[in-house]
Amino acid sequence: MSILVIAEHNNEELQAATANTLTAAKMLAEKTGSEISLLVSGGNCSAVAEAASAIPGIAQVLLADSPALEKQLPENFAPYLVELVKEKAFTYIIAPSTTHGKNILPRAAALLDVAQISDITEIVDADTFIRPIYAGNAMQTLKSSDAIKAMTVRTSAFDPADLTGGSCSVEKLGDAADAGLSRFISEEVVQSDRPELSNARIIVSGGRGMQSGDNFEMLEKVADKLGAAVGASRAAVDAGYVPNDMQVGQTGKIVAPDLYIAVGISGAIQHLAGMKDSKIIVAINKDEDAPIFNVADYGLVADLFDAVPELESQL
Amino acid sequence: MKILVGIKRVVDANIKVRIKADNSAVDVEKLKMVVNPFCEIAIEEALRLKESGVATEVVAVSIGSDSCHEQLRTALALGADRVIHVATDEVVQPLAVAKLFNAVVEKEKPGLVLFGKQSIDGDNNQSGQMLAALSGMAQGTFASEISIEGDEIMVTREVDSGLQKVALKLPAVVTADLRLNEPRYVSLPNLMKAKRKPIESISVAELGIDITPRLSTVTVLNPPERSAGEKVANVAELVEKLKSEGAL
Ligand SMILES: Cc1cc2nc3c(=O)[nH]c(=O)nc-3n(C[C@H](O)[C@H](O)[C@H](O)COP(=O)(O)OP(=O)(O)OC[C@H]3O[C@@H](n4cnc5c(N)ncnc54)[C@H](O)[C@@H]3O)c2cc1C
Repeated sequence: MSILVIAEHNNEELQAATANTLTAAKMLAEKTGSEISLLVSGGNCSAVAEAASAIPGIAQVLLADSPALEKQLPENFAPYLVELVKEKAFTYIIAPSTTHGKNILPRAAALLDVAQISDITEIVDADTFIRPIYAGNAMQTLKSSDAIKAMTVRTSAFDPADLTGGSCSVEKLGDAADAGLSRFISEEVVQSDRPELSNARIIVSGGRGMQSGDNFEMLEKVADKLGAAVGASRAAVDAGYVPNDMQVGQTGKIVAPDLYIAVGISGAIQHLAGMKDSKIIVAINKDEDAPIFNVADYGLVADLFDAVPELESQL
Repeated sequence: MKILVGIKRVVDANIKVRIKADNSAVDVEKLKMVVNPFCEIAIEEALRLKESGVATEVVAVSIGSDSCHEQLRTALALGADRVIHVATDEVVQPLAVAKLFNAVVEKEKPGLVLFGKQSIDGDNNQSGQMLAALSGMAQGTFASEISIEGDEIMVTREVDSGLQKVALKLPAVVTADLRLNEPRYVSLPNLMKAKRKPIESISVAELGIDITPRLSTVTVLNPPERSAGEKVANVAELVEKLKSEGAL
């Protein structure tokens, strides 16, 4: 048995989700006695593969550096991945449950005629895995009968693995074909000096109670004092206060920081689904019956427009 | 252009589900069932494309037992031209959903397929991508904006880093994210009218697809419960508590 992990990167450096995914892969490797290979596929991404070769505990890095793969278009990447899996007889394909992993892996799984197991949070044995369903209101244990198991990993459920200190070989793979089905047009990457939501130690999130995008500045000030990331509820994103990449929840990002501060967020099931595994939850809300208080370790019933500036001044 | 829309019957998003006493599954008996919210957005987008003259026909398809007629009628009431029920009482996992849809796609030859990005029961986020793979179509997942331009569809995708825009050759599969549109409500008169409209039915056997599940459920358990902590009186107390826990 052997494991293929799909690295998450931006053609320049590995992204945090790779480290959490590797921890899941290592647990699986231990239970099954398999080797781990890491696939870095992209365009002009050899520096990423070079850096990845220092990851301890992996057997090799596979580098697929090809113009057709540069933008991770699934129409080009999935068939390439499928050929690689067949040729090298991998029995597990693992990707982080990021928008990239969710986009690519089901397409490859279907081409291989195998099921995908989405968002695993625990590995029971070689073919049994646990994953949340119904917005995390139930945990399902699944047993797979497929010869090749494709799965995405809920990154917040696994600690990040070390990415340095080891040394392995980099094998350069062949070029990928352009399927001629899709073209990359543009991207708007949100730039921020704050930590990424998915691996921040502290997150300060705002909801509809913030009333405007400008008012998020209050949260940013708190975040900057704490070295925290800023998140949001769907209502705040829908209202246009902040961009979509900040949404925490069932259908946004799933996070589990050491400290999550929810400000002006009511605590709908779908929002809780994205943050209820945080170590400490703080809620600031003027409605003492808001459901967020049912999961908060510390609840402050207050008007956020008083409490947030006060919090900032006391940090 | 004909648009095929996938719709799934799911438990209403506002309900917190319970698990059956034998831990075999989530108990959905007697709960309010609705069209999966993301599928609702997919139907809405198809209807808008028809209203703007881009599409000529909207066909909604649902897989499942006869109970999903309720959701197909909702689709009719919203404005779908035809609905197709792929009938089965078996568990249908995403790979099987994709295979069944692929068989419907081969018959119907749509110019565009619209799905929701995920269903809020299984939270799998797979079926659209799998259908795209099996039918050899391009895929635009997590769409927040689409427009048809010639023989391509422009799709703006909500990705972890922000937004990405791609051009896909038609026919293509697009999966809807929350911000693609805000779905309209069904009117009661339209719902009454929809009761008299026909529902085409095809059985899984007629489509000749093997839907045997590849994954079997061992158990379904409650997640670890979080209990409410304490209320603090003011900001100073909050800061003090957090400091003493080492959280700040
Ligand atoms: C299919 C589906 C998927 C969804 N996915 C997600 C998701 O991924 N993430 C997500 O977050 N939601 C999601 N939702 C939406 C979710 O159901 C809620 O509507 C949303 O989380 C509400 O956001 P909110 O708490 O900011 O707004 P509200 O529920 O309106 O709450 C606002 C809160 O702010 C408080 N408040 C107002 N003013 C003040 C003030 N001055 N001081 C202090 N407190 C104040 C109010 O008391 C209230 O509790 C989804 C819904 C559906 C149907």
